[in-house]
Amino acid sequence: MRVVVDFDKCVSNAVCMGLVPEVFEVRDDGFLYVLQEEPPEELREKVQAAERACPTQAITLED
Amino acid sequence: MQNVTVVGAGLAGTRAAEALRREGFTGTITLLGEEVHTPYDRPPLSKQFLAGTWDRNRISLRLEVEELGLDLRLGRRAERLDLPDRKLVLDGGEELPFEGLVIATGARPRTFPGTQPQGVFVLRTLDDAVALKAALEAKPRVVVIGGGFIGSEVAATCKALDVDVTIVEALHLPLLRVLGPELGEICADLHRRHGVELRLGHGVADLVGEKRVEGVELTDGTVVPADVVVVGIGVTPNTEWLEGCGLDINNGVVLDRTCAAEGADGVVAAGDVARWYNTLFAREMRVEHWTNASEQADHAVDTLLKGREHAEEFAPIPYFWSDQYDTKIQMVGVPGDQVVIADGSVDQHKFVAVYGHEGRTVGAIGFSLPRKLMQYRQLIAERAPFPPEPAG
Repeated sequence: MRVVVDFDKCVSNAVCMGLVPEVFEVRDDGFLYVLQEEPPEELREKVQAAERACPTQAITLED
Repeated sequence: MQNVTVVGAGLAGTRAAEALRREGFTGTITLLGEEVHTPYDRPPLSKQFLAGTWDRNRISLRLEVEELGLDLRLGRRAERLDLPDRKLVLDGGEELPFEGLVIATGARPRTFPGTQPQGVFVLRTLDDAVALKAALEAKPRVVVIGGGFIGSEVAATCKALDVDVTIVEALHLPLLRVLGPELGEICADLHRRHGVELRLGHGVADLVGEKRVEGVELTDGTVVPADVVVVGIGVTPNTEWLEGCGLDINNGVVLDRTCAAEGADGVVAAGDVARWYNTLFAREMRVEHWTNASEQADHAVDTLLKGREHAEEFAPIPYFWSDQYDTKIQMVGVPGDQVVIADGSVDQHKFVAVYGHEGRTVGAIGFSLPRKLMQYRQLIAERAPFPPEPAG
């Protein structure tokens, strides 16, 4: 499982961070940082939820 | 269950169709959309699309119609629901039988009664946005009626396009009912700092102009001149087609706590049209925001497939955002009658304010501090005492 963020679409709303802080972090510089590009399998459901919850469809989960 | 029909192809409807397949439903999925356009995302319509920075392609919703095997029917409208015979009657009289039904017909803008002169717009659909965008090209004098989120965003986009704009709001502050007086004052300041004129505290008596709009007459008799008027005075849920069908309709489709419709089996609803009791906040809600449409669609489908008796309660923490000028306004939870500034600087329009109700933390609103704001989500989930300890 690989987390891909389209940074042209990301507007740093931090919804993903609210759901999976282990993987997504919006820092005080206003940018999103992906903390784990290949998160462990037990986070799959939460990362999928973040993918759906992203208001700009900027997150894609690749297998 | 062999087939499910989803009425409405906005965010809630398309998410419902996706959720059905994700949860393993293998039967027929029919997705009806009243608009002729392939499904698109509405939030950018008042922002990036209206400003011209994002095009039509960029606001398309990610929906794999073929991969999901959807029977997508665009430009079709459900006229009536026949519950005893489990069928929909579409425009033109075609009948569509169903076993499971997802109601996701959304809401439509309220308008003023009577025929509107030219130059008066609402903003809800892609067609609305295309029309308004074209009208703004002539750099008209714009009056936005209603200081809510849609009106505020349109005003901000007008300023970005170097178009003169005035907001007319009947209450004495913008967003007063939604956010309370403290935040309303801050939102008013945000508009003023960007050169938007605010006319607060007087409602609209009439639109002036015969063929074309020439101005907006307020209840104190003054007339605000306008070449373009944008009406943003709230929305009405699209439930007329359900009147008398046996479902409980009361400012939306009334659902139980699992998102199953009261008064019928195998019928769920989601999005702007849906009213339900959120146990986390101990109140009835009908939420008109993007995130709820998405989450509620997922939940409603789960309820539909499991059946009401095995379904779980839908008790989310509401979330919305609104981009105005260079400020990112975001809120988690719900407003309360108490409010404290918890982080940052109001004067710099970078802060988090936290809402309390009956001694509990129920919501938080942030201006351009998304990281800090999201840290309050957990406190709201835990119903932490108010005022909360500052988040890290």
